[in-house]
Amino acid sequence: MSELVMPVGVRDHAQGSAYAPVTLLEYGDYECPYCGQAYVIVKRLQAELGDELRFVFRNFPLAQVHPHALRAALAAEAAGFQGAFWPMHDVLFEHQGALGTDHLVTYATLLELDVERFIHDTESGKAERRVREDFMSGVRSGVNGTPTFFVNDHRHDQWYQYGALREAVYAAAGVMRS
Amino acid sequence: MSTNTPLASGAEAPGFKLRDTPDQDVSLKELRGRPVVLMFYPADFSPICGSEVSLFNEILPELQKHAAQLLGISVDSAWCHLAFARENNLRFPLLADFHPKGEVARRYQSYRESEGEAERALYVIDKDGLIAWSYISPVGVNPGAEGVLKALEGLSGKVYED
Repeated sequence: MSELVMPVGVRDHAQGSAYAPVTLLEYGDYECPYCGQAYVIVKRLQAELGDELRFVFRNFPLAQVHPHALRAALAAEAAGFQGAFWPMHDVLFEHQGALGTDHLVTYATLLELDVERFIHDTESGKAERRVREDFMSGVRSGVNGTPTFFVNDHRHDQWYQYGALREAVYAAAGVMRS
Repeated sequence: MSTNTPLASGAEAPGFKLRDTPDQDVSLKELRGRPVVLMFYPADFSPICGSEVSLFNEILPELQKHAAQLLGISVDSAWCHLAFARENNLRFPLLADFHPKGEVARRYQSYRESEGEAERALYVIDKDGLIAWSYISPVGVNPGAEGVLKALEGLSGKVYED
């Protein structure tokens, strides 16, 4: 079973309590249709588990297959520099068919970001370094496609549909409590 | 279930010359002097997002740090490879183990007689043509790139950090 080689830390984008018994980590791609399906499933689990679940997202853009994936990942990171990673993350997954450069700028405007800074940051090496670091940490952890989930640092090798993911998360929560 | 065992480390990598494009061949011999990564896979046109070829396509810059040449090999024809490579924007050669069918996969103990396809097998061959690392993964499982990167790091004695 593959293990996460780069532990979840302060560098990561996380939702939920750092003390949650379960950390669900996704390596995802904003243009991948399966990640779009997984987005809804994760939201459902978060609503159900509340503080019991911490969710972490790392970028794994398959840029050669998905022409907008890298730009979208950079946009999420650039929004993150203005404290708006998660709102941008949500907008991107809810508009997977509209990830062109103009769209990204529109989303930044709608989220009331400093747009000039946003554009500058998407083109800066800083955002790209983060995305690359995410990507390589995934490769070294046995990520071989998207979405790939880790539940408390163990790769979730089952299907990512609601039932299977929920079962894995609950199993991890149970182990932590006992 | 995988029934084949890959050739062991230290053995000489069996030579081959295969079609790369409809009018061009690639031989193992001509790549002597640099590491070669062989990726045998069952067939072109498997689902995109989770596919092994897409992952390796993304990590080509990492392989290039080791001067390694990646070669994909399946029993599909060069014409089929051309279409598959175009569709997935692949930037490494796909070799056609097409005629006689599966001959090179057989030499690498990576042919599944029952299916008439190659295994999901990975080989790292060193600059002298010796097998440095090999792995056959269950055919339904994408093996990922970690093993290949580790093997290449072992050869060059370096770990590259981004």
